[in-house]
Amino acid sequence: MDVRLSPEQRALRDSAVQVVDRLAPAAVRDLDDTERLAKLDAAVEASGWRELRAASSPGQGPLASAVEAAIVAEELGRGLADAAFLGPTLAADLRRLAGATPSASRETVALVPDLSAPAGATGDGPGPGAVAIDARGSTAALVLLPVAGGHALAEVALPVVPGPPGGMDLTRPEVPVEPGARPVGVAGERALGAADLEAWSALGLGLACADLVGTMAGAIRLACDYARSRRQYGAAIGSFQAVQHMLADAYVATEGSRSVALYAAWGVDALPAGEALAAAALAKAYCSRAARTVCEVAIQVHGGIGNTWDCLAHVYLRRALLSIDLLGGVGPNLARVLEHHGIGGSDGLR
Amino acid sequence: MDFADSPAEAEFRRRLRDWLHDNNPRLPASSTSDEYWAGQASWHRALYDGGFFGLSWPREIGGRELPTVYDVIVDEELARAGAPPRPSLGYLVHGILRHGSDDVKRRFLPGIVDGRDRWCQGFSEPDAGSDLASLRTRATPAGDEYVIHGHKVWTSYSDAADWCLLLARTDPDAPKHRGLSAFAVPMHQPGIEQRPLRMINGITKEFGEVLFDGARVPAANMIGEPGEGWRLAMTIVSHEREPGELGYVARYAKVVNELADTVREDPARFGGEQVRELAWAMVEAEMLRLHVCRRLSDRLDGTSGGPEGSVDKLLMTEAEQAVGHAALALGGAGRGGADDTWLNLYLYSRAQSVMGGTSQIQRNLVASRVLGLPSS
Repeated sequence: MDVRLSPEQRALRDSAVQVVDRLAPAAVRDLDDTERLAKLDAAVEASGWRELRAASSPGQGPLASAVEAAIVAEELGRGLADAAFLGPTLAADLRRLAGATPSASRETVALVPDLSAPAGATGDGPGPGAVAIDARGSTAALVLLPVAGGHALAEVALPVVPGPPGGMDLTRPEVPVEPGARPVGVAGERALGAADLEAWSALGLGLACADLVGTMAGAIRLACDYARSRRQYGAAIGSFQAVQHMLADAYVATEGSRSVALYAAWGVDALPAGEALAAAALAKAYCSRAARTVCEVAIQVHGGIGNTWDCLAHVYLRRALLSIDLLGGVGPNLARVLEHHGIGGSDGLR
Repeated sequence: MDFADSPAEAEFRRRLRDWLHDNNPRLPASSTSDEYWAGQASWHRALYDGGFFGLSWPREIGGRELPTVYDVIVDEELARAGAPPRPSLGYLVHGILRHGSDDVKRRFLPGIVDGRDRWCQGFSEPDAGSDLASLRTRATPAGDEYVIHGHKVWTSYSDAADWCLLLARTDPDAPKHRGLSAFAVPMHQPGIEQRPLRMINGITKEFGEVLFDGARVPAANMIGEPGEGWRLAMTIVSHEREPGELGYVARYAKVVNELADTVREDPARFGGEQVRELAWAMVEAEMLRLHVCRRLSDRLDGTSGGPEGSVDKLLMTEAEQAVGHAALALGGAGRGGADDTWLNLYLYSRAQSVMGGTSQIQRNLVASRVLGLPSS
């Protein structure tokens, strides 16, 4: 066992840090800077990060392990990067699992309205309220069609949304899938079985955890910077024990999250699908609880300013809220942990 | 980046698993009964003689110079077998290794590592808890000895100890952090009075008070130089905060497994709230195991100690107290029948946020040394 990042993994992290530091939003007003956003999107496109989970060649495993994808996700979360990554990565992984050729244009995945599961569909279209996540720049979303032996992949076209994108996360907009959208083109050579969907869910949960770890780290840095500069009673508020202990607890929760998230990412490709899903669910329960509290602390440390639109603290919180909901937050994942230990009938936790 | 065993690690794990099959003492959960502490010394010697304790320490003191990550394997397999955790002695070993003379290291460390000698740690006093540097126990030179007068408290396992690593004031005129020295004091002598303390869960073998009234220690038993006591104490407490050093991962996982067995046996007895506490205990115990994997891997770079130990101590406390809450929910107050094991385990968990430096002290350290927040 040696869970330190390899030199190649550290280099990948450093290049993600560079892109984020250069092009991610540094203030709320930057979210409206379309020129910056286009540059960030182009940088992510040029990096090839969105293809990390695509098949290395037809029928083969992914180009990179989930650990590499998680390294990128963490840095994008830390920097509130508003270019798509999670959605296209999950779509690429689904195509690989189904033996489908990669999509020619950018696509994402559609989930059920509360984001707790992939959206199913029939020949008439996806169920009501399905949403395409992290949909910036995507022209289509993948949904699951029930077929003999599992599910087939199908594409639905996404509407072009005029004006600012919607959803609670200001950096990763959601697009509603129109109820009448008919699946076009069944993608893939084989049906996705239960183990495929477990492995894919483990990836989704693992990437959400990595994004949450980054989001927490970014929120803490923002709050610590403010606590060092804001003065009351003639002293920086960061010198007061009440403020220090909130931030210390937030940091500790982030470090615990980092440890479970790392194992979840490693498990996606290294563990059998059921175990990988259990490890990812455990991580997701821990990270979800931690992230909401940490982002709330970041708002509290900013006081009144933290409750205004122009402070980045709420952008971190909103990004965390989407990651928390992705494939289930605390309750559904605690239930998955219990089921893995042979304790069923825990539907009350969902 | 790999959580999986290397071939050598897998072979070690298999040997340990086989050994545990024949050598598990089946002691009760630690810290809930005096029976556990009565059996702890022979468990330590058995684990050492089997080749499964002191793995990462130098050969000349009885260690095996294996990478630190082997300790994770030991913790995982002890938990899997429902065996007691490994003895929590790493902080003493690190303190003496770093500060002791060659003579002191040679005389004392092999006996600590192989379990021949029992040790306690005389740091806290009635008026010196979090503010340890204000301690008042005196060690006064008399020929080639020092004579000790003072009062120590929260001295774990003092009545079973052969030796005490004592922190005492040798220079009353120096500033408070500079006038302290450390000694290896023999416990079997006149001038030492033991007063066991009964903890809130009823056990009497853990905490004690020790009164020194004219006890003697050879000057050659000083660990480090005169006045080096504070630095040695800081080395010890930083290691005392590391769950990788303490082996508690095994303790928590063992309890979680037992709690889960209970629910599986008769799920209908338990409601959603109780099962939810169990789920959190599972999450927290596993979080700590993975966190220790990460920290011990970081040590492959050769780094150790440091302010991150306070983060580890807070995570360890979080895990222990979550396991305690699950024990309370499933088997505590009025639900445990005649056996109060789980109530007692819960009650014991409250000490984790106090011993080895309170959680409030750890948060102060994280804020100033890790986050770089200004001092008040």
